[in-house]
Amino acid sequence: MTDTALHPSAFVTHDDHHHHADADHKPAFFARWFMSTNHKDIGTLYLIFAIVAGIIGGAISGLMRAELMHPGIQYLPHWASMLHGGEEQSFDQALHLWNVLVTAHGLIMVFFMVMPAMVGGFGNWFVPLMIGAPDMAFPRMNNISFWLLVPAFLLLLASPFFGGAGTGWTVYAPLSTYGEPGPSVDMAILSLHLAGASSILGAINFITTIFNMRAPGMTLHKMPLFAWSVLVTAFLLLLALPVLAAAITMLLTDRNFGTTFYDPAGGGDPVLYQHLFWFFGHPEVYIMILPGFGIISHIVATFSRKPVFGYLGMAYAMVAIGVVGFVVWAHHMFTTGMSVNVKMYFTAATMVIAVPTGIKIFSWIATMWGGSLRFPTPMVWAIGFIFMFTVGGVTGVVLANGGVDDYMQDTYYVVAHFHYVLSLGAVFSLFAGFYYWFPKMSGRMYSELLGQLHFWVFFVGVNLLFFPMHFLGLQGMPRRYPDYPDGFAHWNNVATIGYMIMAAGMAIFFVNLIWSLIAGKKAPDNPWGEGATTLEWTLSSPPPFHQFETLPKID
Amino acid sequence: MLRTGIKGWVLAAGFALTALTGAGSAGAQTPAPAATSPATAATAAPSGLRPADSNQGQAGGTVQKADAAPQSPALAMDGAPAFNATTSAPGVGQPLDGVIHIQPQVTKNGLRAHWFHDRILFPLITIISLLVLVLLVVVMVKFRASANPVPSRTSHNTFIEVVWTLVPVLILVAIAVPSIGLLQAQFKPAPAGAVTLKAIGNQWFWSYQYPDHGGIEITANMLKEGNQVAPGERARTDADGPRLLAADNRVVLPVGVPIRLITTANDVIHSWAVPAFWIKLDAIPGRLNETSFTIDKPGLYFGQCSELCGARHAFMPIAVEAVTPAQFAAWVRAKGGSMPAPGKASDAVIPQPGADNSAAAADEAAVANAITGPTENGTDTPTTSPQGATGNPGGVGEAGR
Repeated sequence: MTDTALHPSAFVTHDDHHHHADADHKPAFFARWFMSTNHKDIGTLYLIFAIVAGIIGGAISGLMRAELMHPGIQYLPHWASMLHGGEEQSFDQALHLWNVLVTAHGLIMVFFMVMPAMVGGFGNWFVPLMIGAPDMAFPRMNNISFWLLVPAFLLLLASPFFGGAGTGWTVYAPLSTYGEPGPSVDMAILSLHLAGASSILGAINFITTIFNMRAPGMTLHKMPLFAWSVLVTAFLLLLALPVLAAAITMLLTDRNFGTTFYDPAGGGDPVLYQHLFWFFGHPEVYIMILPGFGIISHIVATFSRKPVFGYLGMAYAMVAIGVVGFVVWAHHMFTTGMSVNVKMYFTAATMVIAVPTGIKIFSWIATMWGGSLRFPTPMVWAIGFIFMFTVGGVTGVVLANGGVDDYMQDTYYVVAHFHYVLSLGAVFSLFAGFYYWFPKMSGRMYSELLGQLHFWVFFVGVNLLFFPMHFLGLQGMPRRYPDYPDGFAHWNNVATIGYMIMAAGMAIFFVNLIWSLIAGKKAPDNPWGEGATTLEWTLSSPPPFHQFETLPKID
Repeated sequence: MLRTGIKGWVLAAGFALTALTGAGSAGAQTPAPAATSPATAATAAPSGLRPADSNQGQAGGTVQKADAAPQSPALAMDGAPAFNATTSAPGVGQPLDGVIHIQPQVTKNGLRAHWFHDRILFPLITIISLLVLVLLVVVMVKFRASANPVPSRTSHNTFIEVVWTLVPVLILVAIAVPSIGLLQAQFKPAPAGAVTLKAIGNQWFWSYQYPDHGGIEITANMLKEGNQVAPGERARTDADGPRLLAADNRVVLPVGVPIRLITTANDVIHSWAVPAFWIKLDAIPGRLNETSFTIDKPGLYFGQCSELCGARHAFMPIAVEAVTPAQFAAWVRAKGGSMPAPGKASDAVIPQPGADNSAAAADEAAVANAITGPTENGTDTPTTSPQGATGNPGGVGEAGR
């Protein structure tokens, strides 16, 4: 393993014309983008994929906010008939479409936006660069990891035309077994299988790359925190996704082959599915946020011109979050009728996670303390992340209490909580990373003005969108409702206005993206100055097609 | 504040002018319900004693013709609300528009949990969030590049790292103590003399049984708006309750008496939830879940299904009418049921899993099972089937689609 790792020439892409490709020789268009084995190109593909999925998932949430702006069913019957070629649909069909939208929004944002962007996009681009490796350990497996995602996404997108999977992203049995006839749920399950296989292959690739291909002298304790975060994430993926695969395979056989794993009539148990799902599902939320932690650490250090405070504590806090994240899953199931002892255990274990998370928050602030701070776009996103993630984190401490959760469970309080940690946490870190690395990836600078504007409009929008959801939850509004009693009208209206502002922020982002790619200033190798110390800034912007043909040495 | 004031004023107006329906609901988008006073609704849907075994489960109001039943002076029978929803205090037992707090609680455990949230958790998370915000602002001002051009190189400080590890641990321990206490209180099994209510989730309505009261059974469907029902069919009035919360039949429960709630479901998972009681318990096919609570104040308390259960998930409300024990007894007799003799049926304590594992408790449980077991078996009609879903034209659950 070590031998091959030291010879990057072994990983050069297929090249029909030259036997000794120079560092910047790129294959022709089709071979380069459809048969790619280059980690940077595959990273770019992942990022494009995530942006497309994000647009679709975001548009779906726009449909939902439009329907929820006022009490009563406004648009669903119209949309349902549009989806079925103008045929009039029954009222129940219209309501079913709501559940389809809720399900699609969740699955798309989790599996096809955040995960591909974090791990597939930034992970592929920057893990090899940061650890001084020429490419990923298994470049062809990297290719199949990406291309498995495409049919997975197409299966999910096609399912609404076959009735639609209205099970929620959790796909709870028995609603997902005998509650939902037709091929749609099977398509969604197969989609998850493919996406899961893609992630498992990717995880194997990252673990192998990080363990075997670090530059000479880069011990694990000298490795950049983003590589640490992806390493921990890869282990979570590797351990959690097979459990999901098993759970949904049993769903599939329950649906199609007469097994009764989750059917009490045949000796099965619907709650078993929930245990299996959340054994995957809780680590999954850390899969979505841990790479973000890594990104934020680099940005905060760069723009404070100071090394990360408490590096080892930061690295092992992520390991601790990953480990404890595997033993807290049943806090998603506090109302399923567990015994008092089980509920007490999961309450206590869940609260433990606040400790390593707190270490990270305080260490970021300590990194800035005494620094020489500048506030370009990536830094404002990072600081926004730290505060918004704190707000999302502390409501998690409220929800961790099993006795309190009886009130909040399945209300908008939960929706507010996980959107604060994901939409204002993970997504803020994605934008922070995107602006931070955009000059490196594209070779062009983004517009600072539009970047700042994007942050402020988006920041106001998402807070107006999600903060009132706490109030709705405290008044008891249940999740996944297409229509609500009039007592919930005011804050729902405010939330929809927040969505519109957020959407305007996204428009600014896309204008910035397109303008910068076409007319952005040429980026220097290191646009961020002496604070940016990781290896990617030693390369040109964009980096050569094959980098580190001579491996860098780390003292 | 302004909104709350307006809402209160509107509700007060509704109270004073009950006959003028439409005034009590603030929803501008809501189609005005058919203008019928509660009294007319009662005449339009004459009903009374309902035989226990004629439980019907169609969506929409089930109107039953029945012989004249002994009317309780305080309680109207099915079809007419006794507690006029427009007379409830604003925000009690139902959501209030534009406010930012938890619904008022009417159970002891609810008050305790409410206190725990409002007095401990909420102040604590607010302080922590503000602390982080203040630290960020201080750092951004004090260490901006123009004010501090030369950064320090500090990257370790063992003391402060130990502090910010241990202090959160202590805070969490401080939270855990009342949290565990709350859980213990919530898991206290219902004592002798408790009223057992069995809530059964169906797509998309709730059915209820009172196994210790002569097997009374109730089916509760959401009341539709006036413009959504066929002529002659019962529509929601403001006296019934708010839109999407009013049910044709309310669950009647006594105040001051412990209630043993048992939930199960016939098709998919539902969840029986009433925010004012701090109660949410999943109704899962093939399982009996149990909890208990005691309602302190008479009144009307609404809740909604809280586990995604298919198309009409938002349209299977829970309406609980809490009355005095005497009124409850009268209602039970009016429904053709009987009050249990002391020491019978649900007077036996049924231990919860993990609550008490002593041999005595197990014996008691065996006795209790022997008495109540057969009547409480919600799955004795095998409605679930292991058939493949793809070839199944509708299954049990989606028959309406």
